[in-house]
Amino acid sequence: MIELTNVTKTYAGGVTALAGVSLRVAAGELVAVTGPSGSGKSTMLHVLGTLDRPTSGGVRIAGYDVGALSDAGLSALRAHRIGFVFQQFHLAGGTTALDNVADGLLYTGLRPAERRRRAVRVLHRVGLGHRMEHRPHELSGGERQRVAVARAAAGDPPLLLADEPTGALDTASGARVVELLRELNEAGTTVVVITHERELAAELPRQVRLRDGRVEQDGAERDRAERDGVRA
Amino acid sequence: MRPAVDGIRPSRLWPGDVVRGGAVGLRTRPLRAVLSALGIAIGIAAMVAVVGISSSSRADLDRTLDSLGTNLLTVSPGRTMSGAEAKLPLRAEDMVARIGPVASVSAIGEVADTNVYRTARIPEAETGGLATYAVRTDLRATTGARLRAGTWLNAATARHPAVVLGATAAERLGVGRAAPEVRVLVGGEWFTVVGILRPAPLAPELDVAALVGWPAAQDRLGFDGHATTVYTRSADADVAAVRSVLGATANPAAPNEVEVSRPSDALAAKRAAGEAFTRLLLGVGAVALLVGGVGVANTMVISVLERRTEIGLRRALGATRGHVRTQFLAESLLLSALGGTAGALLGAAVTASYAASQGWPPVIPPWTLAGGLAATVTVGALAGLYPALHASRLPPTTALATP
Ligand SMILES: Nc1ncnc2c1ncn2[C@@H]1O[C@H](COP(=O)(O)OP(=O)(O)O)[C@@H](O)[C@H]1O
Ligand SMILES: [Mg+2]
Repeated sequence: MIELTNVTKTYAGGVTALAGVSLRVAAGELVAVTGPSGSGKSTMLHVLGTLDRPTSGGVRIAGYDVGALSDAGLSALRAHRIGFVFQQFHLAGGTTALDNVADGLLYTGLRPAERRRRAVRVLHRVGLGHRMEHRPHELSGGERQRVAVARAAAGDPPLLLADEPTGALDTASGARVVELLRELNEAGTTVVVITHERELAAELPRQVRLRDGRVEQDGAERDRAERDGVRA
Repeated sequence: MRPAVDGIRPSRLWPGDVVRGGAVGLRTRPLRAVLSALGIAIGIAAMVAVVGISSSSRADLDRTLDSLGTNLLTVSPGRTMSGAEAKLPLRAEDMVARIGPVASVSAIGEVADTNVYRTARIPEAETGGLATYAVRTDLRATTGARLRAGTWLNAATARHPAVVLGATAAERLGVGRAAPEVRVLVGGEWFTVVGILRPAPLAPELDVAALVGWPAAQDRLGFDGHATTVYTRSADADVAAVRSVLGATANPAAPNEVEVSRPSDALAAKRAAGEAFTRLLLGVGAVALLVGGVGVANTMVISVLERRTEIGLRRALGATRGHVRTQFLAESLLLSALGGTAGALLGAAVTASYAASQGWPPVIPPWTLAGGLAATVTVGALAGLYPALHASRLPPTTALATP
């Protein structure tokens, strides 16, 4: 599903956010990305989500070589294959939960009626069937993030990327959101979650730890190390 | 199915969603939208009203000319070779009447040095700019002048100290009605006001004059009997022919000492002068529209700055650069269309109420509305172009970056 090969990213100011990251994530995995602030987590997520192109290195997402795609191709990839969840929710104010979720499908080419139908279904799935006509300011933080997850999942994308989805939430609401991500993963979606909450990360099957733009530790490797009897 | 982009089903946006996306700014910041559209509304309103009012006035003039006819010609004395004021011969009227196609002839003659007052107490110097004319009793039929009050002069009253006042003259003298006891001083003698005229568009000289019978003027005011304007009507088809011989016929001895004119031409000339002014006002409206366009552009620039997050989100949801560009162009067009529609309605309302106040038929040429629409769309597109391009070029990541 994801294949990063020696990816580097140097910003215009000269900051190297990614200094040679190689990472493979298979379809159906649930991966936590951890690391201190400034270690390049968000940058990596942007590259995975095709929101940004790497300075060098290869990126394959859902079978497509991202470097070979045009802007329209990347947009199409995001419309049909990738769902995003952000720390700040990024819901449209003054717009109902239902319309926010339906607008997640705005660029897929589905007709308005079908978009709403799917939005209703996915809102029920995240437990917000009773909040559909509420506007963001009438919802709690946890509910808002669940609306955002519903929006990302509405199109059934094979890949879902979440950047600190629990960062702005209390523990209970955060746990509910993580539970949702787990449910989506069980239903077949590949999920990559950035978080700096260690406990949360520890519960997920695989953890990738970044430091200074490099993969410092990969859960899959640690498992191997543990098998070999070496404590991390 | 549209062709796949790089083997993936392309992102696509329904036209209805383009409109809905364009209305986001309007929905979330209605006051700002209305204020920025206001400039365009004022510009379009000004242009529609200017064209509408001038068209209404023209329609009124056409209506007037239709009812008054354009077949009236006048002959007046010009100047002699030495520059002195010429006189028409005493037989000028008879001569003109003999021109074959001429259907009717009438005349007035200015009674020299004869002032008109309401009372004897007004000092000599304040003449009020009113003239006194000796008139033929058939003057009304030929000039189309109509009575507002009282009666016109007849064979009997034309011999008596009876006067008919022109519309402006009656107003200046403060005479509102015609009655046996209403009298004015004409050349030092009391004349009874028997009638008051309405404004006479084809013979405006009558408006500022006191009109007395030809014999009365000769007997009581020392009128010399020379006509100063001879009016003639002929069939429309013959007007040009009559015009070409009129001068020589009225004054065969000195045909170059007469002035022949067609009063309906003077009205049309006034209208042409009005059109130059209309063009000037139209230019002012265009400037207002331009300023309105700058207002919309300014709003759009601010809107794009404020909505970076929304733009980033839309890109994350699969919007192409083109979709973002279209959205902001649509918003700009929507804003200016809003202003343009309001402006057109306002301009039409102003035209209708002004025309009503003037008694004109309200006329708004369809091309004004079409032109207004075209101007609106052009301004909207130009105003939105730069902000839309800017929005579409924002990298999705900076747009999503936390403030
Ligand atoms: N748009 C940008 N321009 C310049 N530098 C950036 C930009 N985004 C991030 N950086 C820098 O890149 C580094 C990695 O940032 P980021 O990927 O946001 O880290 P994290 O999400 O792990 O906190 C930081 O030093 C940050 O300052
Ligand atoms: Mg980050």
